[in-house]
Amino acid sequence: MKLNLKIWRQKGPNDSGKLVDYPVDDVSPDMSFLEMLDILNLKLVHDGVEAIEFDHDCREGICGSCSLNINGNPHGPDTGTATCQLHMRRFKDGDTIVVEPWRAKAFPIIKDLTTDRKAFDRIIAAGGFVSVNTGNAVEANAILIPKHNSEKAMDAAACIGCGACVASCKNSSAMLFVSAKVAHLAYLPQGNPERKMRVRNMVAQMDEEGFGSCSNTGACEAACPKEIKLENIAMLNREMLKALCD
Amino acid sequence: MLDSKIPSGSIESKWDNRKFENKLVNPANRRKHSVIVVGTGLAGGAAAASLAEMGYNVKVFTYHESPRRAHSIAAQGGINAAKSYQNDGDSVKRLFYDTIKGGDFRAREANVYRLAQVSLNIIDQCVAQGVPFAREYGGTLSNRSFGGAQVSRTFYARGQTGQQLLLGAYSALMRQVGEKAIELFPRHEMLDLVVVDGKARGIITRDLVSGEISSYSADAVILATGGYGNVFYLSTNAKASNCTAAWRAYKRGAYMANPCYTQIHPTCIPVSGEHQSKLTLMSESLRNDGRVWVPKKQGDTRRPNEIPEDERDYFLERIYPAFGNLVPRDVASRAAKRMCDEGKGVGESKLAVYLDFKTAIERLGEKEVSEKYGNLFQMYDKITDENPYKIPMRIYPAVHYVMGGLWVDYNLMSNIPGLFVLGEANFSDHGANRLGASALMQGLADGYFIAPYSIGNYIGGEKLPKLDTSHDVFKATRNDVDLRIQKMMSNKGNQSADALHRKLGKIMWDKCGMSRDEAGLKQGISDIKNTREEFWNVLKVPGNSKDLNSELEKAGRVADFMELAELMCVDALERKESCGGHFREEMQTPEGETLRDDKNFSHVAAWEFTGGNPKLHKEPLQFDVVHQAQRNYK
Ligand SMILES: Cc1cc2nc3c(=O)[nH]c(=O)nc-3n(C[C@H](O)[C@H](O)[C@H](O)COP(=O)(O)OP(=O)(O)OC[C@H]3O[C@@H](n4cnc5c(N)ncnc54)[C@H](O)[C@@H]3O)c2cc1C
Ligand code: SF4
Ligand code: FES
Repeated sequence: MKLNLKIWRQKGPNDSGKLVDYPVDDVSPDMSFLEMLDILNLKLVHDGVEAIEFDHDCREGICGSCSLNINGNPHGPDTGTATCQLHMRRFKDGDTIVVEPWRAKAFPIIKDLTTDRKAFDRIIAAGGFVSVNTGNAVEANAILIPKHNSEKAMDAAACIGCGACVASCKNSSAMLFVSAKVAHLAYLPQGNPERKMRVRNMVAQMDEEGFGSCSNTGACEAACPKEIKLENIAMLNREMLKALCD
Repeated sequence: MLDSKIPSGSIESKWDNRKFENKLVNPANRRKHSVIVVGTGLAGGAAAASLAEMGYNVKVFTYHESPRRAHSIAAQGGINAAKSYQNDGDSVKRLFYDTIKGGDFRAREANVYRLAQVSLNIIDQCVAQGVPFAREYGGTLSNRSFGGAQVSRTFYARGQTGQQLLLGAYSALMRQVGEKAIELFPRHEMLDLVVVDGKARGIITRDLVSGEISSYSADAVILATGGYGNVFYLSTNAKASNCTAAWRAYKRGAYMANPCYTQIHPTCIPVSGEHQSKLTLMSESLRNDGRVWVPKKQGDTRRPNEIPEDERDYFLERIYPAFGNLVPRDVASRAAKRMCDEGKGVGESKLAVYLDFKTAIERLGEKEVSEKYGNLFQMYDKITDENPYKIPMRIYPAVHYVMGGLWVDYNLMSNIPGLFVLGEANFSDHGANRLGASALMQGLADGYFIAPYSIGNYIGGEKLPKLDTSHDVFKATRNDVDLRIQKMMSNKGNQSADALHRKLGKIMWDKCGMSRDEAGLKQGISDIKNTREEFWNVLKVPGNSKDLNSELEKAGRVADFMELAELMCVDALERKESCGGHFREEMQTPEGETLRDDKNFSHVAAWEFTGGNPKLHKEPLQFDVVHQAQRNYK
């Protein structure tokens, strides 16, 4: 296939950046989207041009490194798919594809398609944990957890921290990400003792980082590669209410 | 000369004895002692969190953007522990025995016994953190089976066990970051180790965003930097996984042990084309319910569903009736290769065998199969565009894990005092072949339960004068780093490091892969030397070094792979026996299984960097508890 790529190039946080045209041919439908960028980079380096920077690592949809707005869609056109799992068979010969970084105030651009998502780490540091030191644990089967709750917790815990929810939201809200962690721990008895403190501290940190508020549009759920559900946001709101009524 | 520092006493009491002998550091004094942890995978994340909880002053470095992105996140199938919840005859001793046997009698008994002992604590700790392991309706924990065992002792969280365990360790780590007990340096790559007066006292790093080179000093340095499987270019490892931290330590005097022991995993999605950037694992847990087969006829071009039952060869079940599809990885991989070598391979490349779920779907129904393996099936479908509920998966062996790594003693300290090595980066517990679901166990054992004790003992027992980074050795080491970067930036070629890395990988796969022989290894060494020379002729790193520059990062890592590859071949050549994942064509049983030579090779091969030919040190392995026998899975 032949494709016309338009890729965001930005030298650094203070550069204004622009879309640059890169026509590519010989794209095989079996290539992944990132493999196509690899091949383009090989060629750029060969021509002495700086390679296009983008985040990636596992290339199997689990580490949360990859990002990219592809034709305006975070992680591209497929549902439940991270950019690294997107294959070129999804596109047609002659297509124009616009590739841009996540756009959100709380995720400043580092270079080209790479952004700084440390805000998510700081939100977890504010309360996304159970305070149990190494060695303090009780025997594992002493904590019985109904299968249903543990499955629900696992559904929420599947979040990979990629930030597509933020990138897809017109308010750049991080509610889906935060709710996934709050819900994961709220479904489990281990999360109980710190439940109220957790939600208060995580939400306070989220606000401090400059993420916007949630207006229930649901774009986040549609963009999420792990199909984290909006019901987690409802749970987060309930948890917050309970914490505030304390 | 190489002292493994194994404690005295019976195998059951060794670890207790060691903990009792260990020197302690008074809680009030711990704050005054600093520890550098490089790596935030299971091993590094767990160690950093635990040490900070104990009160040490901890600095943590990772080249990842966030600690949560470490390669451990990708582990799928599960983690072993001798909880014996299934009442099927498991025990600490049986997990120990299975691991020693699985490793083809090339691991240290004392280490492996301790691993089996602390496996119990790991599950408790992870559950307490909120890791959502799979459960039964009664609310208790579930288990599945993994290769090399006849009991069910693997704990799992769908096909995302590594993710959930790492998020547990990450949350513990971030809690300490929040409490300012840990200083975190993401997007920082360690580029050298600083050794002062024979002791590891610090590291040199590059800030990957600003390009700034910095020096950090500490009382002890922990490397938990993962494995080097990417020396083969194509592997199941994450793209950035590399050997640089370990290789820098090697060049500063740390011994590299058994570098040739590589695990080739039997069930990976086959290579599809030249563009391929990595290989994807299909978890071993699939072999619980999937059946491996090839057509009985050579060159059969019918589609799998058109081949009737009696024309299929379920070769693992046929050759190994006792373990069937659940034989250890090295055994399964070689059997698959033999089938393909005999012309029975399937798919376009003929380098694949089928992994079929038809029987399981008939028995359990599609829903239950999807509950167990849904995400793996989906992953397969996305990559191959084929639906494994309908058509059998095509799989082929791929490089997955390295048992080799930096040499460590029982306390996980290398031969350089103050340098501790944890997780996949060390060589310790898996001998010549790792059993499935044992790497997560080892990483967490090292990080949560072993290193914290060893570090206390080291700091409590050594005189460690205050040192700051203006010391001459820091300056000299930093200077070496600067020179290496300059060399890469000013190289006058026109090719990305990736292109040469691919070439190196091909040499390694052909000459030092699933089977090895003397002529091939010698050829490999000469090809590697040529490729290394070519690398320095054609390498081009565009841009500059004071900026985010992934081409520069790759060039540094590939340069190190180019050197490590040679040592792997040298080690493989030296070990004139077959054991576990190391298969020397010259040494096999009439059935084509590994043939060990216990008389001459029952040792750990630890290599010392000399500048010229590496020097071999042997640590003899002694088997007091398990009898060294020919492995039998039939
Ligand atoms: C696809 C896949 C599936 C697997 N499934 C299983 C399974 O089901 N069960 C099982 O037991 N095992 C499994 N394994 C093996 C297991 O995941 C790994 O062996 C284990 O996670 C390694 O953990 P680690 O902590 O040693 O290193 P890693 O998780 O690799 O972490 C390495 C860390 O070191 C950092 N680092 C490395 N070098 C530097 C440097 N120079 N400077 C700064 N930072 C550095 C990295 O940033 C990272 O944080 C699997 C492996 C793969 C590839
Ligand atoms: S909720 Fe979904 S989109 Fe948001 S960070 Fe988690 S995985 Fe990514
Ligand atoms: S590269 Fe890991 S999720 Fe895409």
